[in-house]
Amino acid sequence: MTRITIDPITRIEGHLRIDCDIDAGRVGKAWASGTMWRGVEQILLGRDPRDAWAITQRFCGVCTTVHAICSVRAVENALGLDIPLNAQYIRNMIVSAHAVHDELVHFYHLSALDWVDVVSALSADPDKAAALAESVSPWTGNSKHQMRAVKERLAGFVKGGQLGIFTNGYWGHPAMKLPPEVNLIAVAHYLQALDVQRRANKVVAILGSKTPHIQNVAVGGVSNPIATDSQSVLSVERLLAVKSMIDELRAFVTQVYNIDVAIIAAFYPEYTKIGAGVLNYLAAPEYPLDSKGTQFATPGGYIANGDLGGFTPIRTFGDAFLRDGVKESVKHSWYKGGKGALHPYKGETEAEYTDFQEGGKYSWVKSPTFHDQPAQVGPLARVLTGVASRHEPTLRYLNSILATVKAVGKFDVPLSGLHSTIGRHAARSVMCAVNVDILEQQWKLLMENLARGDTATFNAPVFPKAQIQGFGFHEAPRGILSHWVVIEDAKIKNYQAVVPTTWNAAPRNEQDAPGPYEAALVGTPIAQPDRPLEVLRTVHSFDPCLACAVHLVDTTTKEVVEVRVQ
Amino acid sequence: MNRRPAGGARIVVLGVGNLLASDEGVGPHFIARLERRWELPAAVRAIDGGTSAMDLLDDLSHLDLLLIVDAVAGDARPGTVHVLEGDRIPEFFTLKLSPHQVGLSDVLATLRWNGESPREIVIVGVEPASFDLSMDLSPAVQEALSAVEGLVLARLERAGCPLARRGLPEPA
Repeated sequence: MTRITIDPITRIEGHLRIDCDIDAGRVGKAWASGTMWRGVEQILLGRDPRDAWAITQRFCGVCTTVHAICSVRAVENALGLDIPLNAQYIRNMIVSAHAVHDELVHFYHLSALDWVDVVSALSADPDKAAALAESVSPWTGNSKHQMRAVKERLAGFVKGGQLGIFTNGYWGHPAMKLPPEVNLIAVAHYLQALDVQRRANKVVAILGSKTPHIQNVAVGGVSNPIATDSQSVLSVERLLAVKSMIDELRAFVTQVYNIDVAIIAAFYPEYTKIGAGVLNYLAAPEYPLDSKGTQFATPGGYIANGDLGGFTPIRTFGDAFLRDGVKESVKHSWYKGGKGALHPYKGETEAEYTDFQEGGKYSWVKSPTFHDQPAQVGPLARVLTGVASRHEPTLRYLNSILATVKAVGKFDVPLSGLHSTIGRHAARSVMCAVNVDILEQQWKLLMENLARGDTATFNAPVFPKAQIQGFGFHEAPRGILSHWVVIEDAKIKNYQAVVPTTWNAAPRNEQDAPGPYEAALVGTPIAQPDRPLEVLRTVHSFDPCLACAVHLVDTTTKEVVEVRVQ
Repeated sequence: MNRRPAGGARIVVLGVGNLLASDEGVGPHFIARLERRWELPAAVRAIDGGTSAMDLLDDLSHLDLLLIVDAVAGDARPGTVHVLEGDRIPEFFTLKLSPHQVGLSDVLATLRWNGESPREIVIVGVEPASFDLSMDLSPAVQEALSAVEGLVLARLERAGCPLARRGLPEPA
């Protein structure tokens, strides 16, 4: 048996260590360890709950807006405060544009290079690459001229000895299987995605006044002043600019991203059978369509054991099934415990570091459970809840991707094939297309509501002289996020954030059951233990973002990516 | 891909870091001070980049000058101000303090790939004393802000963009 340790996992935000025991060429057991301490919630204690959103969005550099949105929802839930429709629509547009940005960047810039061999693209015939790409997509960026230009640019960089952004890849690894032409197409789209993602980010900047770290949300609504005829506020002119960006995003997502993920699935069919892991799925409904949050544009809920027939929906803000189902264990995390798994309102974050002990404590990530079971969260959970509730846009984009896999790979992917490493990538691509639809839908709803003369964006909060508590949820790009707040006399008394990566990167729980990363890695074949590309594929498919999952950084040691084989 | 916004700013002063981790947040703290005390001409933009990376791609493309303010650990006395430029820029990225610097190096590599790199990059780094959970700087780093400001103002003046002092009194 061989033990491999990858520390840290690269091309993610934050620090994550993965240990695997390899037996007969496959992963036998795995451990996921968050190696940074956060405890950031403590900075909120005693503060004004109206300021929490501005502070929580500094938890992380990637998912800033998600913490802002979730925080105001938590405080509004504690107050029983409705918000104006315009505020809901503007928040929804920010949320959907941010998600589209995040999903594009994750696939092309953080994970595609697990499947795409950049160096192999140098031996591609660019004319053949163009012909292949044009046979599956009407995208205008697939021409011979463009494929030739990308190959020349790539060759220039390699000749100059500078791979730059492409430096740290497992080029030439035996598990890389795309033909050179497909690798060239992927490199071209990698570069085009760099350009397109800016459009999504601009939408967030126009509505949020600033990115990173939006400035426009408030407990009770948003602070965007609306006037249909003024330059200095949210005007019709600016909203029309947003619409043109939505159109550009739609073209790229449906004609490029949805196609590319299907092509990768077609060349790596074994990864529709690898990487399933925990089959309990939890997703939040998203995009509230009324002031109270009782109707949503995309469904959420819980699926136990991968059985879509046993789907339990989550219906409203404050939903009791969700509220009462969440607990966190620290039995295997570096915190003082002994009280069993605790509900977030009662959550404690007091450090107790022991060193890495695989049978004891080994991570800074807590281990959350839903009704006492580990749960996988993220785009796959959301797509499966969408399938279970017959959500039309989810089904449409999923079927379109599966049809492309069949056209290119000449095989069918059953629904069970979604419980896999490739399934998570396909689901993220489905959600990206759904999120573009939502962005446009919310844009229309906002325009129509403005046309009716409603320009309200804010209901002022009033805090009682008493103790109140509430929670907010948000279906973020990496999965369900929840913020839990206890407020006493208008000051924060307790605050806990249960973030998506905490669910997925969880260590073993109170019953010693492994978390989703740990379970997903079991059985993965490993060709070269000193170059564990296959492990990275499955871990990256979850889109780890540890900066907020773990409760700061070892400041003195220089970061060295290390793979140890014992 | 090589779009340049008409009349867009050509100089960016970028403060990066985490506001919740004491001196890690020296960049954003400096940007707040700069905007409070000085009038910025159209050619100069001050950006609080927080801990983000790819979000900044558009803001950092086709610049004449990029001034980055960040915490830099160079084994010196807390509050020491380091200036890194030219051949010494890569040094900054080996002194990794936090994940945001990894992201920033990716953004700069991407700009180079796209042919959109800043013509000149200068890093003004401050030696931190504390990364404790706090929204306040340590006294040593707080005190160093005026030296950082002096260096940034001198660079802007050399680039043909001297700043004028705001008329408003500084809040306590």
